[in-house]
Amino acid sequence: MLLEITGLSAHYGRIRALDNVSIEIGEGELVALVGANGAGKTTLLRVISGIRPASAGRVLFDGKDITRMPPDRRVRRGIVQVPEGRQVFAPMRVEENLLMGGYTRGAAERREALALQYERFPALAASRNKPAGMLSGGQQQMLAVARALMGKPRLLLLDEPSLGLAPRLVDEVFDTVTALRDAGVTVFIVEQNAFQALSIADRGYVMETGQVVLADTGKALLTNERVKAAYLGL
Amino acid sequence: MFTEFLQFLLSGVTVGATYALVGVGFSIIYNASQVINFAQGEFVMLGGMMAWFLFERAGLPMPAAVPLAIAGTVLVGLALEKFAIEPARNASIVTLIIITIGASIFLRGGAQLVWGRDFHALPALSGDAPIDLSGVAVNPQSLWVMGCTVVVVILLHWFFSRTMTGRAMRAVAFNMLAAQLAGVNNRLILMFSFGLSAALGALAGVLIAPITLTYPDVGIMLGLKGFCAAILGGLGYPYGAIVGGLIVGISEAMTAGYVSSAYKDAVAFVIILMTLFFMPNGLFGRRGIERV
Repeated sequence: MLLEITGLSAHYGRIRALDNVSIEIGEGELVALVGANGAGKTTLLRVISGIRPASAGRVLFDGKDITRMPPDRRVRRGIVQVPEGRQVFAPMRVEENLLMGGYTRGAAERREALALQYERFPALAASRNKPAGMLSGGQQQMLAVARALMGKPRLLLLDEPSLGLAPRLVDEVFDTVTALRDAGVTVFIVEQNAFQALSIADRGYVMETGQVVLADTGKALLTNERVKAAYLGL
Repeated sequence: MFTEFLQFLLSGVTVGATYALVGVGFSIIYNASQVINFAQGEFVMLGGMMAWFLFERAGLPMPAAVPLAIAGTVLVGLALEKFAIEPARNASIVTLIIITIGASIFLRGGAQLVWGRDFHALPALSGDAPIDLSGVAVNPQSLWVMGCTVVVVILLHWFFSRTMTGRAMRAVAFNMLAAQLAGVNNRLILMFSFGLSAALGALAGVLIAPITLTYPDVGIMLGLKGFCAAILGGLGYPYGAIVGGLIVGISEAMTAGYVSSAYKDAVAFVIILMTLFFMPNGLFGRRGIERV
């Protein structure tokens, strides 16, 4: 297993946001986490990235316990997150945003990765000198993903990548995610758009009020009655 | 008449350049932590006092005394972050600001114990004989102040726009979470910010000491005026602080020249109040472009 989470809990003050969560992600897998607003999905990603502390449980990455490792060292190890709401560095140029994504890499490696991202996302190459805040929502999402890829992720965490995007752009985002998996990147995607996320996922988890309530293959979850009723509106 | 104006302008720009350096220091630390470091003026004092001590008392030549004074102040700045700010990093911003006020009192007291309460004069870097430029008497030290400030501004611009550490500092200032997720160690950035701010303050202190003398309390006024420069320019905008510093310095010199030097120190405070009343974000604040 690339990522192995066992019995993980996290608190905001006295409020328990994660309750005994256990999740496994294998190398090369595309795993989706679906659930309603406030179920603890974003908190889970923040604990995996080391932004929020865990109050109990363990996080193993590549067999090593990283539960208390600071966020920058996790990025160096290959855990890279695209945060909810894109969070590009709006006043900085597109190219600088990408370079920041490669902050933990050496200068030569960063240049190489930059060329690769411009190849993958030609629209970003065209606006490389524009401030990132001037890009459209869809392009900002593209930039946020490209910035994360600059860090050469072994595990890419995506938090609500389709949030606030027009339907056509949502499809584009999911196409990108599928392409990344096909290129060998391990992806853990958190989505409210449960149908599309589960459709492309190898496996999925369903979260409710801080707990994992269902775990199965993406296809099985799509036909699960409980998931259909609660998240797919069927 | 016009030469008189130029004379005031020159002294305003000179003193304004030092306010600018101090103001940039405020903005840099604010950007890394939202903390207003009220010990910023003490960095100015330490730079001047250490340079005076190393030159007059320890007998070092000026080219050695000045860099050592700046390096010594940087060490104090790093220690301040490490031993006063870092242990309280989970405390509220207000608590951290109060810690910096405490640190400023501590540094002032320490300076009095070590060097006494007297005023000291650091000799000017290239003599005191004024250069006559068509009626305007130019103090050679003024040229040093302005020249060094221009060089520092250019270096800072290069640093913030061309180096990864500089970009990381801008990234942390704009969005701490996203910067951390990109692998930036925000604690290291804060440490570095304190060191850089201390260096800028110390440089200002060394440059201005031959003009205004140096003494343990010299940092109070210089710090407040640098703060005024940072507020006027828009807290968190280092370039704004430079413009703010020049405006404060020039207004002060004009008031001293045309009204009365008794009101000189009041100018900065009137500017702070006016800025906070009418443009709380300063001249350049909230100018960021963002589409959501």
